[in-house]
Amino acid sequence: MEIPYTVKPRPDTGLYNAKLGIWLFLASEVMLFGGLFSAYILLRVSSDLWPHGMVSIPVGTFNTFVLIASSVTVVMSWASLKLGKLSAFKGYMAATIVCALGFLGVKSFEYYAKFTHYDVWFKDEATAKKYFTAAYGEKGEEATRKLFVERFHLHNTKATYDANQIQLTGHLFGNPMFATLKKLTSAKQETIQFTPDAPFGTHDHPKAIEVKLSDVQRLSAYVPAHSTYFAIYFTITALHGLHVLGGAIVLAYFLFTADHWWKKSPEQMANRVEVGGLFWHFVDLVWIFLFPIIYLL
Amino acid sequence: MSLKAFHILFITASVALSFWFGWYELDRYATTKVAADLWFGVGSCVTGVTLIAYGIYFLKKLKNISYL
Repeated sequence: MEIPYTVKPRPDTGLYNAKLGIWLFLASEVMLFGGLFSAYILLRVSSDLWPHGMVSIPVGTFNTFVLIASSVTVVMSWASLKLGKLSAFKGYMAATIVCALGFLGVKSFEYYAKFTHYDVWFKDEATAKKYFTAAYGEKGEEATRKLFVERFHLHNTKATYDANQIQLTGHLFGNPMFATLKKLTSAKQETIQFTPDAPFGTHDHPKAIEVKLSDVQRLSAYVPAHSTYFAIYFTITALHGLHVLGGAIVLAYFLFTADHWWKKSPEQMANRVEVGGLFWHFVDLVWIFLFPIIYLL
Repeated sequence: MSLKAFHILFITASVALSFWFGWYELDRYATTKVAADLWFGVGSCVTGVTLIAYGIYFLKKLKNISYL
């Protein structure tokens, strides 16, 4: 049995069925991402402290550039089919998939950097100050406070913060992922080697210090459980990443079955690629909004 | 809406982002005087101009394809 309206438009809608279908699907996607964007805005405006500069702008810019380039190549692959150029289609589609894999590779690198970066909260103010001095020398509290103020945009506030509100940030020896205080203590570990981040405005990391786990109140990598910021960051970017992966799989299928579909029905193949391209453009458009709110604002 | 129309919408959004990001980075450069901010600002504005030129090329290339 032949599926109707895969090439010619249906008289009552004026569209072939797959195009109507993809737009209905994209409408549901708008609601999904719209809800998450709304959640992000509400969480941010209702929060006392919202970190800034936790993600790398150059890395985000590179990924934005990659996705814009992939939109150009995917539309060119569709246009090539419309002009009857199968080999050009293959080249553009392959470039699109390379861009998608590049985006996901860079995102994985970003995630790995987060999963191995830690904040440590101490049990009381005196203990916190002791470790700040061990990390940064005599002006340790000042250096740690500066990092805290810059992270939370507190330049213009008159509020003061206790030393034990301020976290020491850095890396654990061996760069383990997802370590928590509970996991470390249950592994019978009593101390950790901790390399603090460089003081604000420099790239010189201080030497590693030894931290007693009995002095630590909380230790967390930059994972969703770390804070509301990272919870919404990972929710939105991971969902977007899954869409990129899904889109790349579908586009790769079009590429690898191109010869078969080109012989069978070139017009239907062009329509399928158009539908895939519409989804790909939606995913890229989401990123165009995500990049400024996550990386810049 | 066809892929052609959606692509025009996407390129328009990308042009807006490019110029806004360019302004953002150049404004930052005025405070920080870090060369990377200047390069990002200029590069982003150049990207915006390139995308406008590409958009015009694209419209000419696909003038026979419907927007629906």
